[in-house]
Amino acid sequence: MSKSYNMLLAGFGGQGILFAGKVIAYAGLMDGQEVSWLPSYGPEMRGGTANCSVCLSDEPIGSPQVLTPDVLVAMNQPSLEKFVNDAVPGAVILVDSSLIEKKVEREDVKTFYIPATALAEEHNLKGLANIILIGKLFKETGFCEEAALEKALDKCIPPRKAHLKEPNMKAIQLGMSL
Amino acid sequence: MAERVLMKGNEALGEAALQAGCRHFFGYPITPQTELAAYMAKRMPKIGGTYLQAESEVAAINMVLGASSAGKRVLTSSSSPGISLKTEGISYIAGSDLPAVIVNVQRGGPGLGGIQPSQADYWQATKATGHGDFQCIVLAPSTVQEMFDLMMDAFDLADLYRTPTMILADGALGQMMEPVEVKERPKRDIPEKTWAANGHQGKRKHNVINSLYMSPYDLERLIKERFARYDVIKEKEQRAELYNMEDADIVIVAYGATSRVAKSAVKEARAKGIKAGIIRPITLWPFPNDAIQQAAKTAKHFLAVEMSMGQMVDDVRLAVNGVKPVSFLGRTGGVIPTPAEVLHEIETIAGGLK
Repeated sequence: MSKSYNMLLAGFGGQGILFAGKVIAYAGLMDGQEVSWLPSYGPEMRGGTANCSVCLSDEPIGSPQVLTPDVLVAMNQPSLEKFVNDAVPGAVILVDSSLIEKKVEREDVKTFYIPATALAEEHNLKGLANIILIGKLFKETGFCEEAALEKALDKCIPPRKAHLKEPNMKAIQLGMSL
Repeated sequence: MAERVLMKGNEALGEAALQAGCRHFFGYPITPQTELAAYMAKRMPKIGGTYLQAESEVAAINMVLGASSAGKRVLTSSSSPGISLKTEGISYIAGSDLPAVIVNVQRGGPGLGGIQPSQADYWQATKATGHGDFQCIVLAPSTVQEMFDLMMDAFDLADLYRTPTMILADGALGQMMEPVEVKERPKRDIPEKTWAANGHQGKRKHNVINSLYMSPYDLERLIKERFARYDVIKEKEQRAELYNMEDADIVIVAYGATSRVAKSAVKEARAKGIKAGIIRPITLWPFPNDAIQQAAKTAKHFLAVEMSMGQMVDDVRLAVNGVKPVSFLGRTGGVIPTPAEVLHEIETIAGGLK
């Protein structure tokens, strides 16, 4: 299996888009892959738009800016509208369907509608819709070894927030079960 | 192998400076270099160092001059508009033969410009980092690992040649995360700083740090001595990475983040049977003339790709010296060129070569 992914994650600031990207990048790193993570930066804050490019590859990463993603994770409607036509044919597109009503009209991509934000509320995992989507992404692409996901969370969750690891793991498992 | 840790480029610069023995940082906040200053603010107090947010960039660079005069390894960082403010002090540092490391995480200009990645300060960094006859050594990382490695080199080069040394990065490199591994590196022999004004304890003559010379003959002699040192730097310290250059007809010259865009484009060009390669300057001053002149013997066309309206392309033309055609492709104002744009240009050139 060729392990090369150009992922784009996009949504509102505050949804954990950049954090989700970091977890994916660290999972790739834990797997021994080459990785890069490039955020949109600027006056983004809660409620603004945020996106990040994550590249995983067996080879050194060229341009870290993902313009034609083979994985698109959209957590709000403007992001989906903005990026859906940039995705390559055969791309995996994850849509948080509790926040996005619109359907993807393209038939040459694999779209999954996950009510991640609603599921997070339901399972007492508020704020972890982003991590649920990582679980689903792992299930659909196998972008890393499964054990790398937990190692990645260990790297991304600072020691003073160690109590958040358990709900994060639950969110990943929930995503994998969908 | 040491553990590979995911770091932002700006943080890698900060950690590398600490590992290089830098214990003094003076700065003033600006995007997109913020995380570097933040890293220093967090770490310096814990290791007995100094982090100081000055009242302005002008104050910060003069504090750098002071700390360096005392023989200490010292760092300042900023982004484009802030570097303009520091240029006066950088000239004084050069005129006083002091080592110092200056980071420019470039953003769009002129004026306040924008905050997105840019390479439009190339001329400023390599030709006119302030008034007077002088040069800074300018290093251009292209990965977060290289942000780390070149920062270590920068302190050595600055001390070795007693000259301000600049890391010329850009917003994309500063903001992005990639794995960093702390590697064993060859030690360079750094002479003791016998010139430092750090207290003579009655055991030696005063050391005076100064850049004012009222006699034009004294000043000319000193500048000529400095330029003799620049000749040594030009001879010994030129660095470039060659990529797919063995049989390249079309040579892209690109540095920093842009070189990565070029790499993606060259991979695609090669897949289409076009013999394209890259010379990536790692030192912008001294510019890697030798590598370019070597390539000019066999290559058919040079293409400079930059995030500017065309600045480094001047140095490519000087190195190629009319032997082969040199063209330019750039985006500016904070726009990153795409691999597709670069590939299109390569294909257009290849079409003309046939």
